[in-house]
Amino acid sequence: MTEQITILLVIIPLLCAPITAIFKSHKIAWAITFFVSLCCLLISSYILLQVIDGSQVIYELGGWQPPWGIEYKIDSLNAFVALIVSVMAVVSTVFAYASVQREIDDDLYGLFYAAFQLCLLGLLGIALTGDIFNLFVFLEISSLSSYALISMGSNRKALTAAFSYLILGTIGATFFLIGVGFLYAASGSLNIFDIASRFETYEKMQLVTTSFIFIILGIGLKAAIFPLHSWLPNAYGYAPSVISIFLAATATKVSIYVLIRVLFDVYPMEYWSKLLIPQVLLTLGCVAVIYGSVRAWQQNEIRRLLAFSSVAQIGYIIIGLALLSHSGITSAIMHMFNHAVIKATLFMAAGMILYRARSTTLSDLGGFAVNMPWTFAALFIAGLSLIGVPGTAGFVSKWYLLEGAVAQQKWFVVISIALGSVFAVAYLWKIVDAMYFSAQRKIHITKVKSGDISLAVAPKSMSVALWTGAIACIYFGLFTKLPTDAAKSVATALLGS
Amino acid sequence: MTITTALIFTLVIPLVGAIAISQLKRYENLRDGATLVTALCLFAVNVYLFVNRDLITDEANFTLVEPIDGLAIAFSLNSFGLLFALVASGLWIATSIYAIGYMRAHHEKHQTRFFTLFAVAIFGVMAVAYSDNLFTLFLFYEFLTVSTYPLVTHSGTQAAKRGGRTYIFILMGTSILFFLPAMIITWFTAGTLDFVQGGILQGKLDSAALLPLLLLFILGISKAGVMPFHKWLPAAMVAPTPVSALLHAVAVVKAGVFSVVKIVVFIFGTDFINDVHANDWLIYLPAITILAASLIALTKDNLKERLAYSTVSQLSYIVLGAMLANKYAIIGASMHIAMHAFAKIALFFAAGAILVTMHKTKVSELSGLGKRMPFTFTVFTIGTLSIIGLPFFGGMWSKWYLLSGALDYQSISITYWFVLSTLAISSMLNIYYLLSIPMKGFFGASDGNTSIQEAPTACLIGMAIPTLFTLYLFFDPSIFYVLSAAIAP
Amino acid sequence: MIEYILGHFNYWLIITVMMVGLYTLISRANLMKKLAGLAMFQTAVILFYVSLGKVTGGTVPIVDDQFTIYSNPLPQVLMLTAIVVGVATTALGFALVIRIKEAYDTVEEYEIQKMDSDS
Repeated sequence: MTEQITILLVIIPLLCAPITAIFKSHKIAWAITFFVSLCCLLISSYILLQVIDGSQVIYELGGWQPPWGIEYKIDSLNAFVALIVSVMAVVSTVFAYASVQREIDDDLYGLFYAAFQLCLLGLLGIALTGDIFNLFVFLEISSLSSYALISMGSNRKALTAAFSYLILGTIGATFFLIGVGFLYAASGSLNIFDIASRFETYEKMQLVTTSFIFIILGIGLKAAIFPLHSWLPNAYGYAPSVISIFLAATATKVSIYVLIRVLFDVYPMEYWSKLLIPQVLLTLGCVAVIYGSVRAWQQNEIRRLLAFSSVAQIGYIIIGLALLSHSGITSAIMHMFNHAVIKATLFMAAGMILYRARSTTLSDLGGFAVNMPWTFAALFIAGLSLIGVPGTAGFVSKWYLLEGAVAQQKWFVVISIALGSVFAVAYLWKIVDAMYFSAQRKIHITKVKSGDISLAVAPKSMSVALWTGAIACIYFGLFTKLPTDAAKSVATALLGS
Repeated sequence: MTITTALIFTLVIPLVGAIAISQLKRYENLRDGATLVTALCLFAVNVYLFVNRDLITDEANFTLVEPIDGLAIAFSLNSFGLLFALVASGLWIATSIYAIGYMRAHHEKHQTRFFTLFAVAIFGVMAVAYSDNLFTLFLFYEFLTVSTYPLVTHSGTQAAKRGGRTYIFILMGTSILFFLPAMIITWFTAGTLDFVQGGILQGKLDSAALLPLLLLFILGISKAGVMPFHKWLPAAMVAPTPVSALLHAVAVVKAGVFSVVKIVVFIFGTDFINDVHANDWLIYLPAITILAASLIALTKDNLKERLAYSTVSQLSYIVLGAMLANKYAIIGASMHIAMHAFAKIALFFAAGAILVTMHKTKVSELSGLGKRMPFTFTVFTIGTLSIIGLPFFGGMWSKWYLLSGALDYQSISITYWFVLSTLAISSMLNIYYLLSIPMKGFFGASDGNTSIQEAPTACLIGMAIPTLFTLYLFFDPSIFYVLSAAIAP
Repeated sequence: MIEYILGHFNYWLIITVMMVGLYTLISRANLMKKLAGLAMFQTAVILFYVSLGKVTGGTVPIVDDQFTIYSNPLPQVLMLTAIVVGVATTALGFALVIRIKEAYDTVEEYEIQKMDSDS
């Protein structure tokens, strides 16, 4: 029974997306999307409960035997990533109701939601599949739909952002494909677990190293690992708010998940440890943390600021992975989850500001917090969490990260983490200072009918989504059992006990 | 009622009170009644804990949650926390009475929000007082900063916001930049953050690292007002007077010095500090703060600002006491938390009464007002004398022990004499910048109008309580002595 | 040496196509040309897969008693999917270029960047 349910995670959005595309009505399109994401949430939480004790759920697509057929092999890591994706899908769908009506053209509602569901499908598919070529297909499904979604942003810069993301994303995916080709040439298999189980037999072949480098580069581009992050700030900065929220919370996380799979399941750790990969990743992670934070600090536009901060936060995750210790991996997995929650909340706050003020440029928003104190409060809470103040979710993952770095006496990592946090204080203070402490400015609003109610109030659905996120930032800082258990179980699975 | 239950009550009562107050928006009298009842209940529970303190065992604690293994949000009963909780909750009653009169007479807006957040802030204070480990302490230290912020900017004007900006920037900035790393270093060195009498770092921390770590803590806990991070306190004076009185003379600032003493005694351990002689140079920080703040206070014409700098200076007495790290100094520091609270709150109440009745905020405008507000100025005089540390007022005892501690201090002679002369000079400066105010009030030239006009009755009652206690504590300081002596090495 | 080069003739060709594509993609400022480069780049990968599947002396993979050696059909099947992905990418890219042309009235990258930095 459980095995059959897993495939529904992919089937439901796949079936519903074309149906959604037919409808022009916003309500219906939204309702279908909400239904889809809710179903996915239920299924993925059910699956996570099944596998959190360390067991696996195996599903053979079409009944074909692996390694020839496609196999879905779900352990706690897959399930956890799927849960992150579907939770964020639900939250962003709730947020979307008002936001999409504002930001997307009337005749595109159906297509927008259809693309959104395809993106969800792609991300969930990546999380579930155990076949590396199938993974490429899902990667491209999610990427293609996200290029389209990003280009729907109201600023024309969204178009160029989407275009350069398309170019770079396709290069990344093609690199990945080349890598898979080499790997297939060496191993004759596409099943991740099959490749791994016979790795010694072809380890010596030159092809393997080439395939490894190509695959890592390809994923690195998709995951926006410094210095391959250049598409990210514009893409997240100019996308429609809902898409910023959803992609910032999930897309890079899922790519990092692929990285984890490749590093720990496809290629054995002993193999790539010799290639200086941990050291390289560790250095890149530290540079990303500092570079991203400094660049975020230089931004004057909230959403671009948050996007650069994502570059830095991905750095934290990479550091956690590259430490190759239980604490490190635990921290990386937890930070994938915590950062998804935090960044989604921050982007939601930015989206609400955009909704009300029609701008997220700091110089336009002087004293605007007075008009939306609750949104601002949620932004503040999520900001504290991003910094890593105790009692919030961000603290827990950073704590494990520090523990890992201190245990290995990697002091430059400790210093980078500290510097990153200091700059996080600085760039978030910049928002607080501009929005709250600056003298109030008259906000220029264009393209609005006078007497439009949306000027005075933020829609309830947005506030609900926002505060769900803000409360989660605190909740997962205090009651950490769920993410900790999942992350520790993953760490044990990846490293052995 | 077991000790643990009572402990939980001290945390729950202010929160329940806050909810009740926020729901009674439409019924002013009921709402203010709720504030008073909450304050009385909280004080009663704390008194109950005090009376039954013999029953305190290790079991008298409870853990709320444990986000990371070994790092729990936990509370426990200990005599030092009890002292702080008693002072804060007791003075909350006086402040509530005073605030009711003040806020109404001053026609402040958003009174419901004010009283609600006040109760929430008191919750933060209780949590700080009874925190069982450094992690919990840090958490509620931050909580206190955030929850008092709306009280500081209560009036909502640009000036209030500017003050609030400094307030939150310094308090949160230093705690994240210094306090948090210090805490993390402590964790990785000692493997625990529990408060243990005698400290947890001895034998684990390299003695060369002690001084930098202690410095991180002192700079990070900027609520203690040690220079150079003291500016938030004068900035916070934009708040309504009851806030300045309870939070910025008692609760918030005392949470700062409370944390410093707690860290010195329960994390580092006084023996460790003395063995390493880390305090030989660190002690200059509070000592210079005492002098510098006194000198700055001299130049301030705004009454509340002068009181704020006086607070900065007095807080450093406590930090100084903690740095001296011997038996009498710790007793003195701990008692000063209580003694200074009673006196300083009386001073603030008097300043608020002058503002509410005469609308005067500057020292230079007070000339001759003593004849028109004899009660208020009497209160002010008593508070002043207690802070100076003269006999017949409670403030004498804490200064007495602090001085004994300073005399016992084993250090290089230049530091020894510097500390002693600091104590002497600052008392002189106290006389000069504080006592000159009531002198001017009583003996200065007046504008001829001699009709008596005092603040609202509620304010007067509120003022009378701490003043009487200041007198009473001279004759019977045993309550606070007992609690202070319990933590002394 | 010569044998090695000639023996891998198909791979040299593929690498050439790939590099031409990548070079076009990087060096051209015209967005249409960029897309053309991208398509070439992808095509090279498709060729790569197809030649991977070729077994020397192997025949079309249809089971027949006469033959014992077949080419591997799997890479070709995989490439059907990759071609679809490639077509979708190119189509989406063209759509974006049309939209960019409408919004900026140019498809030259430098002009677009200039307009973006001015606004």
